[in-house]
Amino acid sequence: MSKYDKLTTNAVGRTVPQIINGKEAIPFMGVGKYKPTGRKYAPPISSCADYPADGNKVVASLRDALIRCGLKDGMTISTHHHFRNGDLVANQIFDTAAELGAKGLTWAPSASFECHSPLIKYLEDGTIHHIEGSMNGALGRHTSEGGMQGMGILRSHGGRYQAIQDGDLHVDIAVIAAPTADPFGNATGDRGPAACGLLGFALADSQYADKVIVVTDNLVPFPCVPWQIHGNYVDYVVVMDQIGIPEKIISGTTEITKSPDRLLLAEMTAQFCDEAGIVRDGFSFQAGAGGTALSIGIYFAEMLRKRGMKARFARGGSNKYLVSMLEEGLVDYILDGQTFDLEGVRSMRENNNHLNTSPFTSYNYHGKGNFASMVDVVILGATEVDINFNANVVTHSDGYLLHGIGGWMNCLFSKCVILPIPLFRDRMPVIRDEVTTICGPGELIDVIVTERGIAINPLRTDLIDKMKGSSLPVKTIHQLKDEAERICGKPALPVLSDEFIAAIKWVDGTVIDAVRKVVK
Amino acid sequence: MATIATTGNKGKGVRSDCSLTLEITQQGGIQTELISKVKVLYGESILRLCHEILTFYGIEHARLTVEDSGALEFVIAARLEAAIRQLTGDEKEYLPAMLPQNTYQTARDRYRFSRLYLPGNTPSLMINAGIHKPNGIILDLEDAVAVTKKAEARFLVRNALRALDFYGAERMVRINQVPAGLEDLDYIIPHNVNLILVPKCESADQIAQVNRRIAELKIKNNIEGNVWLMPIIESALGVLKSLEIAQSDNVVALAIGLEDYTADLGTRRTNEGTESFFARSMVVNACKAAGIQAIDSVFSDVADMEALKQNVLRSKALGFDGMGCIHPRQIRVIHDNFAPDEAEIDKAKKIVNAFMEATEKGLGVVSLGTKMIDPPVVKRAQRTIDLAVSMGKLSPGWRDAFLENQKA
Repeated sequence: MSKYDKLTTNAVGRTVPQIINGKEAIPFMGVGKYKPTGRKYAPPISSCADYPADGNKVVASLRDALIRCGLKDGMTISTHHHFRNGDLVANQIFDTAAELGAKGLTWAPSASFECHSPLIKYLEDGTIHHIEGSMNGALGRHTSEGGMQGMGILRSHGGRYQAIQDGDLHVDIAVIAAPTADPFGNATGDRGPAACGLLGFALADSQYADKVIVVTDNLVPFPCVPWQIHGNYVDYVVVMDQIGIPEKIISGTTEITKSPDRLLLAEMTAQFCDEAGIVRDGFSFQAGAGGTALSIGIYFAEMLRKRGMKARFARGGSNKYLVSMLEEGLVDYILDGQTFDLEGVRSMRENNNHLNTSPFTSYNYHGKGNFASMVDVVILGATEVDINFNANVVTHSDGYLLHGIGGWMNCLFSKCVILPIPLFRDRMPVIRDEVTTICGPGELIDVIVTERGIAINPLRTDLIDKMKGSSLPVKTIHQLKDEAERICGKPALPVLSDEFIAAIKWVDGTVIDAVRKVVK
Repeated sequence: MATIATTGNKGKGVRSDCSLTLEITQQGGIQTELISKVKVLYGESILRLCHEILTFYGIEHARLTVEDSGALEFVIAARLEAAIRQLTGDEKEYLPAMLPQNTYQTARDRYRFSRLYLPGNTPSLMINAGIHKPNGIILDLEDAVAVTKKAEARFLVRNALRALDFYGAERMVRINQVPAGLEDLDYIIPHNVNLILVPKCESADQIAQVNRRIAELKIKNNIEGNVWLMPIIESALGVLKSLEIAQSDNVVALAIGLEDYTADLGTRRTNEGTESFFARSMVVNACKAAGIQAIDSVFSDVADMEALKQNVLRSKALGFDGMGCIHPRQIRVIHDNFAPDEAEIDKAKKIVNAFMEATEKGLGVVSLGTKMIDPPVVKRAQRTIDLAVSMGKLSPGWRDAFLENQKA
């Protein structure tokens, strides 16, 4: 099986394969253009007769569970990333699979982290054929240099739900690490030594995988409540000493930035939102996990407090700053996709207005609507943007694949999408003639805020009108690009190979771009 | 003479800089090795620049290693020139182009609320300094540069004066203590520096030496613009001599440096500042007597904005006109609190309005109520108004609203 085949040009002008890892793939057709037909994927029907009537599904070990699930060559095993860089489970799954001699597996995590770099050896020895999820850091570097047998597939959080629901991504065995669970398989993330808040990223896995294993280090007698994961989907329960390292579960990017340059970006972004009329009573917002985005939340809070207003809801990643807004009454609800610190976990456990959401409710594009498009403003990052406002979040300007997509693509459907980014990082200009990889089409990206000026997408004439006479430095994207190149010099184009190593799937499952192997 | 020179910086946490090792050899042409995080984008252009510079100095055989962490061209050029100077002593200068936006002059009495100190050998802190809008940017050749890096910092500061956008901030350099600092002037005066800070100043004679050297350099380089001086008073002797220093030519402000001063006194610096009350008052009085600005010492706790604010308010109450800062976050607090407050603006509005009414009526004497107002008072009020407008605290058309209010 070749990694890919049948190259074509998609609706954003990118060369993409129509066959990926032996399966058919549809090229991106434009935003909202591809309408699938048919019915959703369904897992096999189970019978209670095959499960213990006393509800005790505990088996001896992960190895035992994997064997009982019928682990064999070529299967797809999924995991979730709520433990972020503190995950102790994914590596053990593949250690066990390698011991059992399984080959050609697909790993389908909802995201990968540096802690998963030991899996590189399984990419090298053929235990893992390819990854569908994200390839971050060392895994990304390895993939970029051609170290993966199959073609990597990157999806957004919503895209992963869509792919599993639609049957694009069939999961044979889902392994759901759960901070607290009961012997029946009911599980929650909001308590236990490895508490991570919620388990939303594992929802699709529980609903659609052929076999589901819950792994916990905190087994409680039935019932485990709240049951964020329903035991009725679960085949086996495994108890381990430790499933995650608590201090690494807490993300490193959840402190307000101290960098004066980033604070300036945050302040300019908040002022932009204010002058554009976005910050008003009852508005809604989402800010990512980065230090800049967090600081913008602080500025929003200040504005709301001063004016006696409040936001209707904020979308998480939650953290202590968002929780303090909730507790101070500056926002009615947090609709949370993941908790970034212990305050977020505590609040989710204790506060009924701090709700756990899943990629199904927030992001799934093949549903009857989702929350993402209702949000008034979303603040996101990017590694590169181009003069057509297309943005890249997965590769760097040297071509290396280093980041996942997360919920980024899904959030682009918000009413106003703002990317606060430095005009250049060290010497690397952020605004290019053409992005190395398109993850988001320019028509969905409204505003680029840099420390040296703000560019508004010409499609947003409403925003351009509102900012007339503003004291903020509103410029064109071309002016910003020229300014960066005056300072840094004009960058050379990276020379990349003709060979593709990964595909980027749009929220509807079509291929928006493909990533090329780097030339060392 | 040595045959190998290493300049610049590398290692964890170093950004926008490069470390460079140059060995001049007898044969084999120019051999280069480049390790760079931006190699894909700028590798060729970095090597092209290095070759151009070596050719400029007539060096035909050398081994050059560049370990780059995203340095801009003016930084790389400064590092290479410093290495060549060490090895050959060749005093030819390889100058980056002067940015057209860097050629402005500054007025003797412009506002100097904030001036941001930047270590003269740390490029990463320079690049975005201007966007935080301090009134002045100081490239520091003195205390913020390690003794072993003093020589190469001169090249970097010189190149920064030419190639770094200051975004309208007053362009300042702190030289080393006189007499050693006099040589620093050779590197910076030809590159449109607006103001020189003279550290640990203790006599008018030191200022005279600086003025003489600057005058020579201006003639030699055919420079017409002014170069202002801001001596820093940092010792008991300096405090007692502050009047003669303040009255020296081209001096537009005195700054006070309290870390060295309290050390000289054998006491410790406190937040209340009782130990420096005399020195601060003395400097303020010397400045006011000489008709120049008085600038307060930096506040070193960069995390505590509330304490900084209290410090600024105390400073303003003592008569200071500005303060140094060591972190961009301090700029806003310093501006906001040195700026005229509501009461000052209201009073200034009344005075300026009275002056305008008198002028409109052709009256020679300005009066407010039953009081006569002297021209210097009007001038000061006008400056307060201009400042309030420029800081966005007052609308340019304030007088219409003012007259409306009066009618009502």
